[in-house]
Amino acid sequence: MGLSEQIAQFIITGLSIGAIYAIVAMGFNIIHNATGVVNFVQCEFISLGGMFMYTLVVLLRVPMFISFFMSMAAVALIGALIERGPIRYARSKEIIILIFLTIGLSGTLRGTAQQIWGTDNVGVPAFSGENPIHLPVGATLLPQHIWVFGVTVLVMLALRHFFKNTMSGKAMRATAVNRKAAALVGVSVDRMVMLSFALSGALGAVAGMIIAPISTTSYDTGIMLGLKGFAAAILGGYGSFSGAIIGGIMLGVLESLGAGLISSQYKDVIAFLVLLLVLFLRPTGIMGHGESERV
Amino acid sequence: MENRKEYEEVSMPRSLRHKDVICFAILAVVITLIPVFVESKYHLIVLNIIGLNTIVVVGLNLLIGFAGQISLGHAAFYGLGSYFSGILTVNYGFPHWPAMVVAMVTTGGIAYLIGYPALKLRGHYLVMATLGFGIIINILMGELEQFTGGHDGLIGIPPLSIGSLTFDNDLKSFYLIWTFVFFCMLAARNLLRSRVGRALRAIHGSEVAANSLGVNTASYKVKVFVLSAMFASVSGSLYAHYITFISPSTYDFYYSIQVVTMVIVGGMGSLWGSLFGAAVLSLISEALHVAKQYHVIAYGVFLSLMLIFLPEGVLVSIHHFYQNRKLKKLLAAEKGGLTG
Repeated sequence: MGLSEQIAQFIITGLSIGAIYAIVAMGFNIIHNATGVVNFVQCEFISLGGMFMYTLVVLLRVPMFISFFMSMAAVALIGALIERGPIRYARSKEIIILIFLTIGLSGTLRGTAQQIWGTDNVGVPAFSGENPIHLPVGATLLPQHIWVFGVTVLVMLALRHFFKNTMSGKAMRATAVNRKAAALVGVSVDRMVMLSFALSGALGAVAGMIIAPISTTSYDTGIMLGLKGFAAAILGGYGSFSGAIIGGIMLGVLESLGAGLISSQYKDVIAFLVLLLVLFLRPTGIMGHGESERV
Repeated sequence: MENRKEYEEVSMPRSLRHKDVICFAILAVVITLIPVFVESKYHLIVLNIIGLNTIVVVGLNLLIGFAGQISLGHAAFYGLGSYFSGILTVNYGFPHWPAMVVAMVTTGGIAYLIGYPALKLRGHYLVMATLGFGIIINILMGELEQFTGGHDGLIGIPPLSIGSLTFDNDLKSFYLIWTFVFFCMLAARNLLRSRVGRALRAIHGSEVAANSLGVNTASYKVKVFVLSAMFASVSGSLYAHYITFISPSTYDFYYSIQVVTMVIVGGMGSLWGSLFGAAVLSLISEALHVAKQYHVIAYGVFLSLMLIFLPEGVLVSIHHFYQNRKLKKLLAAEKGGLTG
C-alpha cells in the first residue's frame, strides 16, 4: 500500500472518529448553552450508550433497530434524572461547584457501570455486514463507517430542524441567550434545562452506540472519547454548533494522521497539542465569538 | 453586615493577626508532637501523604480560591517536580537539593509558558487548556522511556539528606515534609496579607472592577499560576525522594481532580481549609480502599453529596451554621427583650 493510499485510509478513519467527537461536542455545547456548565457526565453517556446496546443486542437478542432507540431513550432518561435530581437541588449554583458535581456524578455512574458490566471490553455486532468496501483511492471502508457518517449527518440535520423550526428548540435557544428574558416571555427555563440534559444524554448514547462495533466498548470507553469531544467543542468555539462539527472533524483527522504518520503512542499528545496551539493563537476557538461573560 | 466583614478582612485588626499566630503555633506544636502518639508505620505514611497533598492544595487554593481560576492540570506540575528531581539525581547524578531547585524553577518556567497564553482564556477554555496539558505530560512520562523509565517507572531515587542526617525512614520524612508544609502555609498566609493578596481577592470578586482600579489582573493571574505550579513541584520532588519510586499512574487526570476536590471540600479561599480538605479527602480515599471494588462509586457519591449539601466546604459551612445560630439567638433575645 503506497503512501497516498495510506493517507486516504487515515483520513477515512479520522473522519469517522471525528464524527463521533462532533456528536459528543454537540452534547457539551447544548448543556453549556443552557447552564454554562461543562457536563463531565457526558463521558458516561457515551459508555452507557455502548453498554446498553451491548446488553440489548448481544445478551437479550433484541433487534438492532429497536435496541438503538431503547438505549437512546434510556440514556436520555438518565440525563434528565441527573438534572432533575442532583443538579437542580445543588445548594450552590456556582459554575465551578456544578462542574465538580458533574465529575462526582460521573464517578458514581462509572462505578455503578463497572459493578454491572465488569471491566472487560465487549464487542457489539456491526449494524449491517462486516465486508470491507474497497474504494478507488485504494483505501477500504467498513459498512459501519458508512453508518457512522450517515447517523452523524442525520443527527445534525435533526438537531438543526429542532433548534430552527420547533417551539421547544426555539425556547431552548432563547434560554441560552437570556434566561430571565426567556422566563418573562413564558418559557419554562427549568424544563428547557432538563430537556438539554436529556438531549445531550441521547447524543452521547448515539455516539457510544455507533462507534461500539468498530472499537468495542466497556464501562469506561467514554472517558477519552468524552474528553476529546470536549476538546473538539473548545477547538470549534465553545457553544457554537458549526464549530462542534469543524472541531470534531479536524481533531479526528489530525489525530488519525498523526497516529499513522508519526507514532500511534503520541496520538493523544498530538490531539491535545493541536488544541493548545489553536487556543493560544485563537483563544475563542475556530468559530467562536468570545465567551459571553456572566457578570 | 457583609460589608463590614469585608472591611475587617482587609484592614486586618490586631486580634486577627494574633489569631493567625496562635494557629501557626498550634500547627507547629501538633507537628512536633504527632509522632509521639503515632506508632504505626502505616499511619505515618498516610500523614506524610496528607502533608504532600496539603502543599499542592495550598498552592492550588491561591489560584482557585483567590484568583478564581480553575486548573485541571496540576497533576502535571506535581509530576514534573517528581520527574525532574528523579531524572536529575538518578540519570545524571545531580545532588538532590539543587535538583529540587532546578525542578521548581523549570516547572515554574513551563507553567509560565502555559499560563501566559492560557490565562488570557476565560472560563472553560482555561479548564480545557490545563486539562490538555495535564494529559500531554502524563502520556510523555510513559512514552519518553529513555529518560523516565516508561510505564514501569523510575526506581532508586535517593532520599534527601542534610549533612549526615538522611531522611530515609517514615518518621524522619514526616518531620521533613511537615516542615515544608508549615513554611508553605506561612508563605501563602503572608502573601495573602500583602498587597498581592488583596489584589488577588479583588480579582476573585470582580475582574472588571479590579482591572478598572488599576490591578494588572492578567499579570497577577499568571504569577499566581506559576507560584501554584512551583508549590506542586516542590511537593512532587519531596514525594519522589520520600517514596524513591515514581511512575506515570500517580500523576494522571484523577490526581488533578482530587486536588481540586480538596480545595473545594476545604473551602475555596480558606488557607486552613486547604489543610483540612487535604487531610479529610486523603483519609477518606484511604478509608475507601476498604470498599475495594466499590471505591469508585463511594468516592463519586461522597463528592456529589458534599457538593450538593456543603458547597462552600466543610469548615466554612460549619462556621456559617454557628454564626446563623448565634444570630438567631441574638434575634430571639432581642424579641424577648421587646415583649418583656
